[in-house]
Amino acid sequence: MKRSHLAAAAAVLVFALPFVPVPDFWITQLNYIGLFSLVVLGLVLLTGVGGLTSFGQAAFAGVGAYATAYLTTVMGQSPWLGLVVGIAITLVLALVIGALTLRMSGHYLPLATICWCLALYYLVGNLEALGKYDGLLGLPALQIGDFSFQSERRIYLLIWLAALLAAVGVTRLLDSRPGRIMRALNTNRGGGATMPEAMGASTFRYKLTMFVVAALLASLSGWLYAHMQRSVNPSPFGIKFGIEYLFMAVLGGIGTVGGAFTGAALVKLAEDQLKVWLPLVFGGSGNYEIIVFGVVLVLVLRFAPDGLWPLLARWLPARGHKTVDENAPRLSARKHPPRGAALLDVRKIRKQFGGLTAVNDISFTIRAGDIVGLIGPNGAGKSTTFNLVSGVLSLTAGEVELLGQRVDGRGSRAIARAGLSRTFQHVKLVPDMTVLDNVALGTYLRTRTGTLRAMLGLNAAEEAQARAEAMRQLRRIGLEAQAHELAGNLALGPQRLVEIARALASDPSLLLLDEPAAGLRHKEKAALAEVLRQLKAEGLSLLLVEHDMDFVMKLTDRIVVMEFGRHLMEGTPAEVQASPAVRAAYLGADE
Amino acid sequence: MDLTIAAILGLDGLTNGAIYALVALALVLVFSVTRIIFIPQGEFVAFGALTLASLQMGKVPGTVWLLLMMAVAAAVLDLVQGLREKRPLARISRGLTATLAAPVVLAVGVPPLIAHQPPLWLQVVLTLAIVTAMGPLLYRLAYRALSGASVLTLLIVSVGVHFALTGIGLVFFGAEGYRTPAFWEARFELGPLSLTGQTLIIFGASVVLLLAMFLFFERTLTGKALRATSVNRTGARLMGISGDAAGSQTFTMAAFIGALSGLLIAPSTTIYYDTGFLIGLKGFVAAVFGGLASFPMALGGAIGVGLIESFGSFYASAFKEVIVFTVILPVLLWRSFVDPHHEEH
Repeated sequence: MKRSHLAAAAAVLVFALPFVPVPDFWITQLNYIGLFSLVVLGLVLLTGVGGLTSFGQAAFAGVGAYATAYLTTVMGQSPWLGLVVGIAITLVLALVIGALTLRMSGHYLPLATICWCLALYYLVGNLEALGKYDGLLGLPALQIGDFSFQSERRIYLLIWLAALLAAVGVTRLLDSRPGRIMRALNTNRGGGATMPEAMGASTFRYKLTMFVVAALLASLSGWLYAHMQRSVNPSPFGIKFGIEYLFMAVLGGIGTVGGAFTGAALVKLAEDQLKVWLPLVFGGSGNYEIIVFGVVLVLVLRFAPDGLWPLLARWLPARGHKTVDENAPRLSARKHPPRGAALLDVRKIRKQFGGLTAVNDISFTIRAGDIVGLIGPNGAGKSTTFNLVSGVLSLTAGEVELLGQRVDGRGSRAIARAGLSRTFQHVKLVPDMTVLDNVALGTYLRTRTGTLRAMLGLNAAEEAQARAEAMRQLRRIGLEAQAHELAGNLALGPQRLVEIARALASDPSLLLLDEPAAGLRHKEKAALAEVLRQLKAEGLSLLLVEHDMDFVMKLTDRIVVMEFGRHLMEGTPAEVQASPAVRAAYLGADE
Repeated sequence: MDLTIAAILGLDGLTNGAIYALVALALVLVFSVTRIIFIPQGEFVAFGALTLASLQMGKVPGTVWLLLMMAVAAAVLDLVQGLREKRPLARISRGLTATLAAPVVLAVGVPPLIAHQPPLWLQVVLTLAIVTAMGPLLYRLAYRALSGASVLTLLIVSVGVHFALTGIGLVFFGAEGYRTPAFWEARFELGPLSLTGQTLIIFGASVVLLLAMFLFFERTLTGKALRATSVNRTGARLMGISGDAAGSQTFTMAAFIGALSGLLIAPSTTIYYDTGFLIGLKGFVAAVFGGLASFPMALGGAIGVGLIESFGSFYASAFKEVIVFTVILPVLLWRSFVDPHHEEH
């Protein structure tokens, strides 16, 4: 039995439940669990996948709830208009807060969301128009035509339809073009902005997208809650619930869709029990359950940082491999320059860090089909030069021209679009994604699917193309047998090759390799050299920064030597080998 | 509004700002040394105030029992770890003594002392001792094992700790709020302003503490070691500075500053078991002014928050909190231009 069949069976069970005589109490509990899961699904995306977090999801739920409450009770409008308005307000708020905080280090977002959750709570609690702390009463039940969702058993259908659709949407999103970028962003799992930017993706845009999607899911949950309760007041949208949502996500398993439901269910059921038992222990009344939640949260992070869902998921059938349809039409290809045409022209580039000139007026050119090596002793400024050319660092002075287009001063995204792709000295793969998906990430600029399209599942054709392309590149480097392994399980040598395949998947005119042989064992080096020789034979242009002399000498047509940030010499491998200046630079020997 | 009202509001804002400044300093200190965004700092403030209030009423403060429980838990953890790592018994027992000594002495000593109605200064000393001793224990129990975790994980731990401490505060102190009598009842007329002795004590204590911290970080080896840890944790470790010890010391200082802030604010503000959260967050708004890294900027931010709050409560008292917490948005906008983006190490 496959996992997807199991999920379908679970969905059928969920929708059959209100039609069989289960106690009303179960339905009530499940309604809450569904509402909570909707919010937590947003956190799975935002926190678990993106590595960003928000304690303000309850406030977004509040926006959704109060928007519909005000429109229906005070203005007498339809709840469906309330949904639209609530979503619109949430969208604007999330865009503003996201735009303010997401450009900064990750910890500003959670602090901002705590503050804005408190601000909104006190605002709503003091506004006459929203009924102050008493809230608004007498919301109408939801209705489609003559069918009213007044009873708990009926609104249950809507709640769980929303929750399951959201789960499907988030699952699809994570396994798509935007999702691959999102999964590469998590700084808590070794990700970051550099690699996705080098593949042409705006990381800020994807962070903002995740934040907005999470906010909208919370807002939808708030709308459903308001029409289930038929009243709203500020307390379920305060910071305590904001924190509890995050608790549910962490307890269930922060990176997984199954974890969202597990966490929501466990917390809701435990809270009910604790509310009965703890006052008996401590006497009096109050929110004693938060003590248990707080302690459990700390313990979970210490002993089961992946949450409880992975423990449950072990009993489920394994996920099947993705099929690769090799007959899918090819992705659009770039028009590459003819052999010998000017490809890269670097003119007097310079980089100063304060008083230190790391790169001092370096110039060189690469023609199509060339394999050029950039060498020099430690600290010569090779990697800085490399980062200047690829747009990771900004230039102090100088010009870079790629295929006749000035690219200096433009970010790595624009340079990637212009036809340059690169690998990294410290391998930047997404370890919990398969090798195939990692390589497919490289097709980012050749594909178009956006977030909404991916969530709706309208990207199947393009996804098949991307997958076929990834498989082709893997075959090119000889790793097709490992396509379905997790990238994190590979050794360093194969990982370096996967990086090359990912770069190739973007169909570059020029490929930059940053110390590809560093840290490799002898056999791995031989395999790498073989792959590069083959790429050379196919006519690909390469710029190679490398320490390993033997490796460079055998592969390149021309070598640029740097020393102390300056251009020392340029020539064929034989000329470089014969140069006394180079020997002096490396060995410090004076002739 | 005339000048008199403005002056009164200004003084009020400065007084509260001084408290927020202390909280903000503790937050910046903890964050720079340990990378922990220490949400529960406000709980130390509340515990300080409520502990003194209990002592004044002749009750044994619940914090004494909390401290004892934390010490026992830490001792059990130390014992298990010591046995598992097969450390010499003498060393284990020395460690246990160090962990348990102060809490046990306080738990045994405080109840009989209270029966004799100790003078105010002794109550203050006891309060500071009880709350300060919680600092390193809290670090040991909640954070130490996770010292290598990401800022985000540590932040979530902080929120968990905040939840637990707030709930425990409710158990020990109940839902009622308390005020403590002023330390100094004197009043001084200064033109239209009437300065209370309590205000002077707040300013005096804040200035003294700031100076003490400055000297500590500039002149003492321990202070320099903490600074080294805040600049580069790995580098400091290679120089023989223990990251765990640095964390423990930082938390001791944070707890002390928190307790002191609580004592200073309790005569003018009614403190409930959950008041600390808001005070702590206002300290955070102040600390964000300085990007969670700069002490002087955090100080300026704290004064700013205090003034915004006092003038805000004059113009729209119901929306005081709304105004204070919305201020963080323009501050973040400004910071996003000041701070270049950096995330990968």
